[in-house]
Amino acid sequence: MKKLVVLAVFALASAVTYAGGYRVSLQGNKALAMGHTGVAVVNSSESVFFNPAALVYLEDKFSVSVGVHGVFSNIAYQDTQTGANARTDSPVGTPLYLYASYQATDWLAFGLGVYTPYGSSVEYEDDWVGSHLVNNIDLQAIYIQPTVSFKINDKLSVGGGPIYVTGSVNFNRNLNRTLTDLDGNRSNVTIDATGVTSWGWVASSMFNFTDDLRIGATYRSEIVLDAEDGTAEFENIPNSPLTPFQNTSIKASMPLPAEMSVGMSYNFCEKWLFAFDFNRTFWDAYESLDIDFGNPAIPDSKNARNYKNASVYRFGMQYEATKMFTLRAGYYFDESPVREGYFAPETPRNDSNNFTAGLTVNLGEHLQIDASFLYSHFKEIDASYNYYFENGQAVPFKGTYKTNAFVPGLGLTYKL
Amino acid sequence: MKNILKYTFAVMAVGFVSCEPEFDTPVTDEGFYTSGTADLSNYVSVGNSLTAGYADGALYITGQENSYPNIMAEQFAYAGGGEFTQPLMSDNMGGLLLGGTQITENRFVLAVDANGNPGPVRLAGTPTTEITNKLTGPFNNMGVPGAKSFHLVAPGYGNAAGVPTGAANPYFARFSSSESATVIADAASQNPTFFSLWIGNNDILSYATSGGSGVDQTGNFDPATYGGNDITDPNVFASVYSQQVDALTASGAKGVLVNIPEVTSIPYFTTVPTNAIPLDAATAGALNAQFAGYNTQILPGLVQMGVITPEEAALRMINFSAGQNFPIMTDDDLTDLTTILQGAPFSLPEQLAVLLGQLRQVKSDDLIVLTASSILGTTPDPNNPQGVIGVSIPLSDQYVLAVSEQARITAASTAYNATIEALAGAKGLAFVDAKSALASLANGGIAYDGGVLTSQFVTGGAFSLDGVHPTPRGYAYTANLIIRAINNTYDATIPIVKIGNYPTITLTNN
Repeated sequence: MKKLVVLAVFALASAVTYAGGYRVSLQGNKALAMGHTGVAVVNSSESVFFNPAALVYLEDKFSVSVGVHGVFSNIAYQDTQTGANARTDSPVGTPLYLYASYQATDWLAFGLGVYTPYGSSVEYEDDWVGSHLVNNIDLQAIYIQPTVSFKINDKLSVGGGPIYVTGSVNFNRNLNRTLTDLDGNRSNVTIDATGVTSWGWVASSMFNFTDDLRIGATYRSEIVLDAEDGTAEFENIPNSPLTPFQNTSIKASMPLPAEMSVGMSYNFCEKWLFAFDFNRTFWDAYESLDIDFGNPAIPDSKNARNYKNASVYRFGMQYEATKMFTLRAGYYFDESPVREGYFAPETPRNDSNNFTAGLTVNLGEHLQIDASFLYSHFKEIDASYNYYFENGQAVPFKGTYKTNAFVPGLGLTYKL
Repeated sequence: MKNILKYTFAVMAVGFVSCEPEFDTPVTDEGFYTSGTADLSNYVSVGNSLTAGYADGALYITGQENSYPNIMAEQFAYAGGGEFTQPLMSDNMGGLLLGGTQITENRFVLAVDANGNPGPVRLAGTPTTEITNKLTGPFNNMGVPGAKSFHLVAPGYGNAAGVPTGAANPYFARFSSSESATVIADAASQNPTFFSLWIGNNDILSYATSGGSGVDQTGNFDPATYGGNDITDPNVFASVYSQQVDALTASGAKGVLVNIPEVTSIPYFTTVPTNAIPLDAATAGALNAQFAGYNTQILPGLVQMGVITPEEAALRMINFSAGQNFPIMTDDDLTDLTTILQGAPFSLPEQLAVLLGQLRQVKSDDLIVLTASSILGTTPDPNNPQGVIGVSIPLSDQYVLAVSEQARITAASTAYNATIEALAGAKGLAFVDAKSALASLANGGIAYDGGVLTSQFVTGGAFSLDGVHPTPRGYAYTANLIIRAINNTYDATIPIVKIGNYPTITLTNN
């Protein structure tokens, strides 16, 4: 659904590209400050996301956490052969989350989460040198997840629940490298699909060796967004029977991959907590992006994506400095699911090193302010996307990419 | 505490703005690309339609934006190049107005006819570029469509009042600095630090595109007496070309000189096959019967009389066969027999004598021009279905560039090119062998990242719909050739472009 099509004029060859790893790990300020660990952490209602089984161990009868992150991401591109260069001017992303938990009994807890684990917002200057692959893209998926958590005994608990997803995508690219209307305006298409919904589920467990040493595991199912009534809007198409691109409907589907997480946490010296999470995201679900145009004159677009499963290694520390302040820091290493030769400018993700920090400020007994900061560092990389075709011939889009992201976040936690 | 948060976020906000990702060696850094011993800060291009960005039989904005000097200037900008201005047209239709009356045609576009066949047609509509609306210059791009070598040094070439008589050029009239200005003086007065000069194409091209209907003026040193379709004398060319190089280098500018390609490399001359006439055996036999007397009696008789040589007689033989045939044509290089044939012993009627007067069949090494495709094989008189052009009505000389005419062009262009290359050597200027480059386009083509660029009409990608001027992709290829020559000569590292990013022909139905 998000990606799109390309239609070369004479051969009507089609090609496309898709966003690379569009997972956005910003599901809570407390967890993010600790490297986005939390599978084995009992800390707050953020566990609705990280491990529903942990909710039953929360000390508070009722807890709500809300927060927002500001995603300042930048992509720089250059091609030393031609001098072509570009920088994204992407809008600041503001993923939100809301978690609530309620301790019904000492062995039963309920929770509700609203969060956005997948998304992407990238905006290049229109008609930049890679505009045949993407001008801009905005992908959003909102997860709504009610959960229940059972304590089986003092050591073991389980949790889980259904997930309702509503997603949208808006994607614009030029049809190819050169097609224009009479006045030289580049021919382009916008694919739009909103209100695409689907269902999935989450299941998790937590095991406490002692009060200080816990392990946990969480599995979130793959959810496929099937867009049945999206639209394709063509712009600046030459007035010619050779370019029969009229606005039409589209069908497409996009997987939001399953994710398995396991982790441990260790409480030491009273005020210190160490946490480790391992995530495995099953990106191999994303084999191909196919767009089916309603207008039979426009050839359907089939595009191999061939993502590979990818892992994330997360480390976090927490220190309760004073009654008022809790300090956190973390690091994670994020593997890219993009294989060599599939590196497209929509989401040019190579492996990244990520550094996090944050704090919680206790304002009295019931209210906390959570703040976090993430810096994502990507190494400069020479990469190419080799699956764009003109007249049946692959035309690789090569260059050097340098990406970074700064993500400050702020949240509130209210407890009873 | 609130203050702590406030300051924290204030610091962060500043941080994000200043934390753009930086490459280890950004291409935008000064010194990543260099201009070597050249100074590209003020580049002026001088030339004709090719330099102006003319394409599809007209000059229009998007064509100008893809002119090779503009493409080069965009790449120069990575290596110290400055602003590059062009006398942009008012629209993308391309026609010119003089006092509100259209004086040049609109551009060609590729349209699909009612039967679904694509072909070039003139874009419909009224253009808006009025040549008496003087633009405020100067402009870095001094390319003037239609200019021959000696026009660049001709005072008054930019005087709109001289346009109706042909004494002046409508394109230069739009931006000449005064009514008496010359192109070269307007270029030199900009004190260029770097220049390109590509002139001389029209000194042979208009002779070629008119099927050799002009005169080879070799030996005539006064260009004021030349007609529009004549070949310029090589000494005249050498003289004015040398003046131009002197003017452009007067203040120490470095530059690049580009030579003149063979006209036989361009689709205007290579698209229409010489044997374009299909005939069945019966028709061929009937035609041969009609020409039997001419072949077997008149021609030998003329040789016997000493009027023509045996070689000319052989050249004039008419012979058709089943399959593809060479059309008949009028060749004004042949002995004119019109009067002789009306006298004894032939005593042919005048009409027949006129037909046979300079008649021959097109030969395989002649070149038929692109514009002949619309008339060849047609019956101009609907009341006479027997009157078929190329079969019973000879193709006019203007549609065929005969071997003899090609030889004159080759002789002149070879002489021009010798002048250009020698001057480049003598002045230490970069030299671009456009002749060889266009020849390789015509012979197999040039591979690029999206295919092969060839000089095939419409589909080859290099030539626009007029069959003479490049497409934007063809101009990008040209720009790369010139950039490479500059890099070699001046130890520069100006980056080249990807020609696959530049468009070819424009699709539009009227």
